Amino acid sequence: MIHFLVHDASDTVGVAAVDITAGTECTGRDLSTNKALKAKATEDIPLGHKLALKDFASGDTVIKYGCEIGRIVQPVKAGQHVHIHNLKTKRWA
Amino acid sequence: MVDQTIYAYRRENGRVGVRNHVAILSVDDISNAACEAVASNIKGTLALPHSYGRLQFGEDLELFFRTIIGIGSNPNVAAVVVIGIEAGWTKRVVDGIAKTGKPVSGFSIEGKGDIRTIAEASYRAKEYLQWASELRRTECKFHELYISVKCGESDTTTGLASCPTVGNVLDKHCEIDGTASFGETSELTGAEHIVADKAASETVRKQFITAFDDYTRLVFAERTNDLSESQPTKGNIAGGLTTIEEKALGNVEKLGKRTKFVGCLKPAEAPTKPGMWFMDTSSAASEAVTLWAASGAVVHLFPTGQGNVVGNPIEPVIKLSGNPKTVATMSEHIDLDVSPILQGEMTIDQAGDALIEMVVRTANGRLTAAEALGHREFVITKLYRSA
Repeated sequence: MIHFLVHDASDTVGVAAVDITAGTECTGRDLSTNKALKAKATEDIPLGHKLALKDFASGDTVIKYGCEIGRIVQPVKAGQHVHIHNLKTKRWA
Repeated sequence: MVDQTIYAYRRENGRVGVRNHVAILSVDDISNAACEAVASNIKGTLALPHSYGRLQFGEDLELFFRTIIGIGSNPNVAAVVVIGIEAGWTKRVVDGIAKTGKPVSGFSIEGKGDIRTIAEASYRAKEYLQWASELRRTECKFHELYISVKCGESDTTTGLASCPTVGNVLDKHCEIDGTASFGETSELTGAEHIVADKAASETVRKQFITAFDDYTRLVFAERTNDLSESQPTKGNIAGGLTTIEEKALGNVEKLGKRTKFVGCLKPAEAPTKPGMWFMDTSSAASEAVTLWAASGAVVHLFPTGQGNVVGNPIEPVIKLSGNPKTVATMSEHIDLDVSPILQGEMTIDQAGDALIEMVVRTANGRLTAAEALGHREFVITKLYRSA
């Protein structure tokens, strides 16, 4: 089963392809290279939501599709859920 | 891709339509009641009521006429009965639609009242309906379909599955000299550099950037916060999308891998040659699809993640989803399930071919989910307050 997908090799978050429960050792796939990936989820990540693939400090930029998708506003550890509570737009702000 | 045969309606001006509506078109909000009464009298005609058409001015009025005349001119419409409160603007709409060569007649209410207008217009509507009912589908080619694309209630599966599927179709359609259009100006924010790089020429690139910058200025002028909950929407957020940049990067997957866009259109403006076109539209589904229908598009491809249910009265809206939960819980709205892409059980290319097959079936007469469910959202884009 594929637990998460990433669009580009430079992405720092993955997208849950199924509902992931905390503690799952996840199998992922990089769609740009077709390479298999591993990551451990430390929080529940619902289908479609993002999984941190590295540690982030406040102010760090998150990369998805190989592009910037916003700025981290509170520290995030690899394996945690990345969403509106810790990631904000850099546009219209 | 092989340019497949489809069975569709070739109109007087040579354009290809996939539906055969006789429209009862309001010029203005206060003529809606008469239009609906005519459509009630003559079964099988289609009333097109809307909220505007009075005291608009300037560019907003130009857009209004382009929209109304464009809807009547769309090849999915066989004939049109136009009803307005007064004769002047009614004639302007009739004359605009008459350029296509299709049957069109205007009726105005002032000096006569609703009841006599409804009676006169009903006789004409009956004539048109019976005439249209004898028109037959003929052999046409897939590339003759003008296809519009826009997603709604997106989530992250949209960028992974349903939008790249549409992109795959646009690449194949434009390769055989088809015509297509994308838009959603504000929803390109964060991916505007990717769109700009797809412009076929420097002139087109500059036109796109001007349209994008104008919309961004509007957002900044009118905003009261960072637009979180408007863009992305609450539904987008529930589906895992966090920021406008992330949403836009998924959105532009619809533009395909290889196709360059050949020009920029004002809202509701018709393309003048084959190829992919950018149209400056709102990102709200009903407004945007109405603008494409007014520009002559005959089939709309609509990727959805969380389950937008939009339809249009004259342009069939084909919905596809890559979210297995949405496909399961809202199956009556989904024409094509591309969720196997998430587990690697279907490639984007296979999904593209499946969507092309669904376009062919829809063009040949299959009713879309939105048509079967009676979704007829007809929403005119209004640029500013009336005079």
